[in-house]
Amino acid sequence: MELHYFKAHEIKNKLKKREISCREIVENIYARIDEIEDKLNSFIRLEKDHALSRAGEIDKLISSNAIEVADFTGIPIAIKDNICTKNITTTCASRILENYVPIYNATVIDRLESHNYILVGKANMDEFAMGSSNENSYFGPARNPWDPERVPGGSSGGPTVSVAAGEAICALGSDTGGSIRQPASLCGIVGFKPTYGRVSRYGLVAFASSLDQIGPLTGDVEDCAAMLNVICGHDEYDSTSINARVPDFKSFLVEDIKGMKIGVIKELMSEGIDPEVKEAVQRSINMAEDMGGKVKEVSIPSLEYALDVYYIIAPSEASSNLSRFDGVRYGYRNTQARTLREMYQRTRAEGFGEEVKRRIMIGTYCLSAGYYDAYYEKAQRVRTLIINDFKKAFDRFDVLLSPTSPTTAFKIGEKIDDPLTMYMSDICTIPVNLAGLPAISIPAGLSAGRLPIGLQIIGNILREDNVLKTASCLEKAIGFKDKPGI
Amino acid sequence: MERISKDDVKHVAKLAELEFDEKDVGKITSQLDRILDHVAKISRVDTEGIPPTSHVLDVKNVFREDEAKQSVTQEAALKNAPDEENQGFKVPKID
Repeated sequence: MELHYFKAHEIKNKLKKREISCREIVENIYARIDEIEDKLNSFIRLEKDHALSRAGEIDKLISSNAIEVADFTGIPIAIKDNICTKNITTTCASRILENYVPIYNATVIDRLESHNYILVGKANMDEFAMGSSNENSYFGPARNPWDPERVPGGSSGGPTVSVAAGEAICALGSDTGGSIRQPASLCGIVGFKPTYGRVSRYGLVAFASSLDQIGPLTGDVEDCAAMLNVICGHDEYDSTSINARVPDFKSFLVEDIKGMKIGVIKELMSEGIDPEVKEAVQRSINMAEDMGGKVKEVSIPSLEYALDVYYIIAPSEASSNLSRFDGVRYGYRNTQARTLREMYQRTRAEGFGEEVKRRIMIGTYCLSAGYYDAYYEKAQRVRTLIINDFKKAFDRFDVLLSPTSPTTAFKIGEKIDDPLTMYMSDICTIPVNLAGLPAISIPAGLSAGRLPIGLQIIGNILREDNVLKTASCLEKAIGFKDKPGI
Repeated sequence: MERISKDDVKHVAKLAELEFDEKDVGKITSQLDRILDHVAKISRVDTEGIPPTSHVLDVKNVFREDEAKQSVTQEAALKNAPDEENQGFKVPKID
């Protein structure tokens, strides 16, 4: 039996009824990996031996009734390689962390371990999560399973591909400007960025601390809700994690959105969006209306500046966060340098890739004496305007809809030499991070060239409920069942 | 208008503890110039009386009791050290 496209909730039922074993699931997943990983490069490191022995242990625990089968018991999960796993190399797809072995688990990993999950491997990404195509990886690009000549999106390219191609059942990614939702859109799966602070960032290697959030990549909305149940919640190790009640996210998997007030963001359905993408999103909007949603257009004028605000704030925070990589305490070190300064400079020049250095430079410039007010502080003021515009929109609407990505997957190499054009890939997702909102991407259909198109559903702060309700209804109405040909 | 010169780039590289060879300085200068030119359009926005965002949620400072607890051991802390001596991180001489 081929299990690699099963959902976690389907496997859970089969495990409960003793119809299959964890070992079978893990063997299926690795058989699939052996078959296609050469073409996809979704993993930086695989943990096959460890996974098989864990599966055996978990099978014993289940058969002796020592544990209850929880939502992710025995489920093979891929983890983006910027999430720390104790005693397992965590590279951020960077040369500078090529040999870094964390001495602790990220909080999200501890939480998954409480379910007895199975780590498939550490998944590929853009270096330090900076990129929209997974081409900025020291370990080579991950490829889109719908067309391996195309990018899977980024920065969570690897974890997304692993789920889309059946190399893992679910995955965890991180999203700073769209890094979960944009690849989910380009690969035809579900990706969720929770409200800023819903999930502890402890053990997530920091890129831009006011924007970063960990979230699930899954085959359907039900698995997404189940994963949110596990990873959300306050953590004393992350003072930015919210001390709010965590609802049962699975209770929002409803069949009805009658009366849901739905706003369609005018600025993100304009000329910059590929006509095929617009059409698919429009079809989903019509379905929402047919199901009793109250749909209206809404304008968020300050979105015009979101990309610019992001490309000041994110690099500024990154330049500060990445100053810790200096060759002193961990990671790569240039050993030829004779003085400390020389060691810092050569270590960083050799350890970081081109895009990371570019962003450190932008950030350092924007924070430097004489430019701080014009760039960084000004950007934070315009960010307030964007937040205010969203607040106004959520006075009238429960959720906002837009495309997740302005285009379908582009060719590898197509945008890599033109940073600004690459940055435009995140035009629909970036505003959501700037305002700290929760948002999901679900598949809305395929283009004529059989490439996935994603629909983004955005909720107000801590209103994941409305996002999941709308997503679960639209998922059913859209009925996306296609799988990549690989 | 040029927003950033090659000399600026060399200065910023120093602040960031990075090194670029001459050929790369030219490339990164023109890339940064284009990016900064694009993002600088926010200067047009009227932000009179608008405070800068410090946090997306209405969160104030988070306090806790200052209690001493066991954290990582010295051995664990040194596990990833590129070089060590006498249970400390060893670095080249400070110039």
